[in-house]
Amino acid sequence: MTFYAALGAVEQGLVYGIMVIGVYLTFRILDFPDLTVDGSLPLGAAISAVAITSGVNPYLSLVLALAGGFVAGMATAFLNTRFKILHLLASILTMIALYSINIRIMSGPNVALLGVNTVFDPVIQLGVPAHYAGIVVFGLFAVVVLAGIIWFLGTELGQAILATGDNQQMIRSLGVNTDTIIILGVGLSNGLVALSGALVAQNQGAADVGMGIGTIVAGLASVIIGETVFGCRTIARAFIAALLGSVVYRLAIALALGAELGGFRFNPSDLNLITAILVIGALIAPNLKKRLIER
Amino acid sequence: MIVLESIVKYFHKGSVNEVFALDDISLHIDEGDFVTVIGSNGAGKSTLLNGIAGGFFVDSGQISIAGNDVTAWPEYKRARLISRVFQDPLLGTCPSATLEQNMALAGLRGKRRGLSRGVKGRDRDRFRTALEQLGLGLEDRLLDKVGLLSGGQRQALTMLMATMIKPDVLLLDEHIAALDPKTASQILTLTQDIVENQNLTTLMITHNMKHAIGFGNRLIMLHQGRILLDLRGDEKKNLTVKDLLEQFYRAQGEELAMDSMLLN
Ligand SMILES: Nc1ncnc2c1ncn2[C@@H]1O[C@H](COP(=O)(O)OP(=O)(O)O)[C@@H](O)[C@H]1O
Ligand SMILES: [Mg+2]
Repeated sequence: MTFYAALGAVEQGLVYGIMVIGVYLTFRILDFPDLTVDGSLPLGAAISAVAITSGVNPYLSLVLALAGGFVAGMATAFLNTRFKILHLLASILTMIALYSINIRIMSGPNVALLGVNTVFDPVIQLGVPAHYAGIVVFGLFAVVVLAGIIWFLGTELGQAILATGDNQQMIRSLGVNTDTIIILGVGLSNGLVALSGALVAQNQGAADVGMGIGTIVAGLASVIIGETVFGCRTIARAFIAALLGSVVYRLAIALALGAELGGFRFNPSDLNLITAILVIGALIAPNLKKRLIER
Repeated sequence: MIVLESIVKYFHKGSVNEVFALDDISLHIDEGDFVTVIGSNGAGKSTLLNGIAGGFFVDSGQISIAGNDVTAWPEYKRARLISRVFQDPLLGTCPSATLEQNMALAGLRGKRRGLSRGVKGRDRDRFRTALEQLGLGLEDRLLDKVGLLSGGQRQALTMLMATMIKPDVLLLDEHIAALDPKTASQILTLTQDIVENQNLTTLMITHNMKHAIGFGNRLIMLHQGRILLDLRGDEKKNLTVKDLLEQFYRAQGEELAMDSMLLN
């Protein structure tokens, strides 16, 4: 792997790591498997791209993207809690609806972001070389999001979210409206996913309606790799592991795609196969380790 | 303190599985009453407590607690007035949260939860003192996850959590039935202490006739969703297990007759 390939992988790991933090919140904390993310990632990208091309400040466009994602997540959670639609199904419904909505927002399948201001400009103006701007901005955002979510889950409200994922009956009989908590949690998760999508779009110079495909797969792969490699004993550790898991996942893919064995090379279309193998590896690794130690 | 007027509850109404769980129950419980509740399996005891707590809405009738008509209140809203302890020790606490986190959650029962720290420094001393009273050594384990505790320890913690903020009504649903005899009697003593110290209005379901007679100032027996027996004062004090069993079997007479017919 070249230096630039590694740099690119870390950059991707950090920006998609924000999405992974969101996925961790629903999948592990709230025990709410949520496929909305395949729609809310491009939703964030679309909102941000359209806002920027209409002259909105790139940073402000991130706030709009986050809010849009939040609403999308709320819609899924509302379908689930209010109408008792199974969470997976509710999230698939929102996801497919978002496909159309995203095209509406962009008035087409994509929006290019060429020759406009992005969140990277102020950083480059500060003297950071252009090819490091991505890693600096994404690193900053990822760390702020990580610190923010760890802080939030330590608050009274955050503790109620953790308890809702752990023992709904108990926290309800302590006076918490668990439906509201689930709507808040899934909303927050998708807000982060949309923020991640907005940053990706600004980095790659375009928002595209297809860019969300496979988001949940990448998210879950990162979560599982993170847990296996870095552990999840405390909440703080689990979220740090989710972010780092995302970086490891992107590095592993870059490594695999760059590898040459005799005449064999992976194609970009082998990505899903590589992801599947990585996840299987991460899932069985703890078992293998235990068996080796027991011998 | 608790007023139930003609409470009716069906499960699966209109289907072949229809269960007539509460059959026109009316009950007035005064402040400070400690009511023990007995009845055979399926008599409707849990359903009665669940109906009071808001686990479901009753089909008809009216429920008021501490002067509030709570008939249409959802469960989480009634939690301002009510604390519960269930039979299953796993139901009362969060396993992956620490002891202090669990206690902090309970310390906010029925209150707004905002953005200040979940567990505050000043809470810890209070938690430790409360845990010391249990005499289980839990005061040194504030940072342990509750999932590591035994069933009895968890149930003791749940009792403590249920009464950290004084509830208007305490509902206990066979809360010692899943414990070994020694732990069960410890938790029962703890219950008695807390109820007396705080003068709590309490409903306690038990399947132990001795406990039903020995605890509290009032005893009700449910059968097929109705209140069959309602004893208080001296009537209850002078009751023997034999009396109670006789009443119990007389109530079930029709069923027993049916059973013996089937057996013959
Ligand atoms: N959620 C429910 N759905 C259907 N039937 C129920 C439900 N809860 C209780 N029942 C039925 O209502 C009756 C009373 O049950 P319950 O109150 O649990 O009795 P117990 O006195 O043993 O606590 C039983 O016939 C039971 O099968
Ligand atoms: Mg019961």
